[in-house]
Amino acid sequence: MLTILSRMIRTGILTEPRTEQNPALSPESGSRPRTAAPLNEDAATVEALQRELWKTLGRALCIRHVDAGSCNGCELEINAINNPYYNLEGMGIKFVASPRHADLLLVTGPVSVNMEEALRRTYDAMPNPKLVVALGDCGACGGIFGKNYASRGGISSILPVDQTIAGCPPSPAAIITGILQAISSAAR
Amino acid sequence: MNFASLNSAKLASSGKTLPSNIAATHAILDRAEWQRAIGDLRAIDAVFLSLWGADDFDRDGSFSIYAAFLLAEGALVLQHKITDVIAPSYPSLARAFPAAARMERAVYDLFGIVSVSVGHESDQRGWLRHAGWPEGLYPLRRSFDGAQQYPVQSEPYEFVQVEGNGVHEIAVGPVHAGTIEPGHFRFSVVGEKVLRLEERLGYTHKGTAKLFESLTQTEAHRLAARLSGDSAVAFSWAYCAALEAITATAVPLRASSLRALALEHERIANHLGDLGALGNDAGFALGLTHFSRLKEDLLRVNVAAFGARYLLDYIVPGGVAVDLSKTAHALLEEQYRTLAHEVAGLRAIYDDHGGLQDRFREAGRLTPELAQDLGAMGLIARASGVAHDLRIDHPWAPYDVLATQLITQSDGDVAARVQVRFDDLSESLRLCQTLLNTLATGPIQAEVAVANSDQLGIALIEGWRGPVMIALECGAHNSIRRCHAHDPSWQNWPLLEYAILGNIVPDFPLINKSFNLSYSGQDG
Ligand code: SF4
Repeated sequence: MLTILSRMIRTGILTEPRTEQNPALSPESGSRPRTAAPLNEDAATVEALQRELWKTLGRALCIRHVDAGSCNGCELEINAINNPYYNLEGMGIKFVASPRHADLLLVTGPVSVNMEEALRRTYDAMPNPKLVVALGDCGACGGIFGKNYASRGGISSILPVDQTIAGCPPSPAAIITGILQAISSAAR
Repeated sequence: MNFASLNSAKLASSGKTLPSNIAATHAILDRAEWQRAIGDLRAIDAVFLSLWGADDFDRDGSFSIYAAFLLAEGALVLQHKITDVIAPSYPSLARAFPAAARMERAVYDLFGIVSVSVGHESDQRGWLRHAGWPEGLYPLRRSFDGAQQYPVQSEPYEFVQVEGNGVHEIAVGPVHAGTIEPGHFRFSVVGEKVLRLEERLGYTHKGTAKLFESLTQTEAHRLAARLSGDSAVAFSWAYCAALEAITATAVPLRASSLRALALEHERIANHLGDLGALGNDAGFALGLTHFSRLKEDLLRVNVAAFGARYLLDYIVPGGVAVDLSKTAHALLEEQYRTLAHEVAGLRAIYDDHGGLQDRFREAGRLTPELAQDLGAMGLIARASGVAHDLRIDHPWAPYDVLATQLITQSDGDVAARVQVRFDDLSESLRLCQTLLNTLATGPIQAEVAVANSDQLGIALIEGWRGPVMIALECGAHNSIRRCHAHDPSWQNWPLLEYAILGNIVPDFPLINKSFNLSYSGQDG
């Protein structure tokens, strides 16, 4: 508690009201802050706006990750690409909770027979066009687990795969490179 | 070993020393003795470690059921030979040791051996077998062809229904919302309050036990490391330690210290990850940012010290794969200093943050009584006042000279599990520094002899979640006859079902994260 109090005293209260009001922001004063001119919200205008957004910002990408039976090693490195060093979300690449919001399916592990149906259903729930990236040696070819009574091997035995990323587990840089490759070859 | 505290006279007299990294005894019991021993072990509060089966039909026309326990004297492995191979069965442990219930279901799925309990009905539902191979086929029987594939048939699974006014169910998984392993949670709720949680696991079962039997003794440590990627060091060490015990291999001093260093790095890395995620799940993103930065720093130092970010191939039979260089030595010291300083700063923020503490305290409470009764393991047990740590109770080299400090809390809530992680982390940093200071010179690998056929050995290593175990039976010509791996998550998963009771659904991610159990490690 004392630490918090001393920190508060040092920092001040950031949300307290300003003592002096900026006349430019006051609604009574004649000069108002600049706002964009109202536009017609017809389809053509909205489309033009979206094109402008893409031109300015590049593009967005939403990823849905599915663990189809991994050892959890690959998941640790997927988590790492969102740490402050790699900051993937900060670059506009977002991990989404629903396959319905996803452009790219990032799949880890060999496909266990117990996950086969869930993996298929996740893929089917994604809108077209969609990309599939198989992550890790297991995703690429089944890895050390291979094919057996409980494992179907690599992701491509169940889904059409656009890109594989080798490694056990692949490093964050390798994961980002693989995702980039998947997108650029799709664009071509 | 003298089991003074145990009534079963047979155990004390017939038990044979078992090759292991800690003191261990192996006793073969008939059905009546098995049943009596289970009761006696419960009476003296023995720690139940694991249950597994074996198909020895080719050898002597029998199946075997094994149960491992931890006592003050060391580990005790009971074996009961089942000669009725048409309808194989054994007396259930689940009444005395509730954690055995799911393991008994798994033994049935893999061997078709039935647990029999008198006076109460046992759960007949499949655990590891969902619908991926036909009922009546048992993958770990020797007659089963492990390479065979079967189409998935849809099979219903009956969850326990909760009835009452306004009760409804929420089904979550197996695909979860974030980057986590798959499993299914069935909540029965009234409003936001959880009345019951039932877990269904087994989704990542990939046939690892069968796979072990197709590998050689000298390569199987690679599979052990991949049973649960976040516990790669613990499992690969356990595998190697079992093999080294069987073959009487003396691991060089320097190698065992480097193994411990790697194990503590694994503990620190996981705790850093969890502490960040726990802050985040309680709405404190700053925690995630800083802890994930610190974790990344450590992983990068791992590359310099051990040759990889995650140490899946570091521990090898006889020693370790990479020696520690002088430069890495200095880097590590620097890293420990920085980590200690930064973590202390973040801990002060966590401790003082009213919003965080409000979410942490009283959430997901596992009382010490329940933890003790239901056989909680490792970190989860220690946060509920159950004081077990192999590094202290049964130290193997180099922990026998490290004097590891026991870390416990008694509140059993999310806050307690956070505190245990912070304290563990500081203690691990201290151990790492000591290991560095006392690092012996010399070789990092010893030659491992090929084991004699039919030799059984076990090893127990205190991983970051708790004790992981490998029971290894060697076959002829460098082959593996049977390898059973056990993750402490087996014991702790059912406890999460208790910890969530009376809490609200939105607190589940936080409570679940505070347990952070392994799916892959338990699914096998
Ligand atoms: S590739 Fe390696 S790290 Fe990834 S799931 Fe497979 S075994 Fe685990």
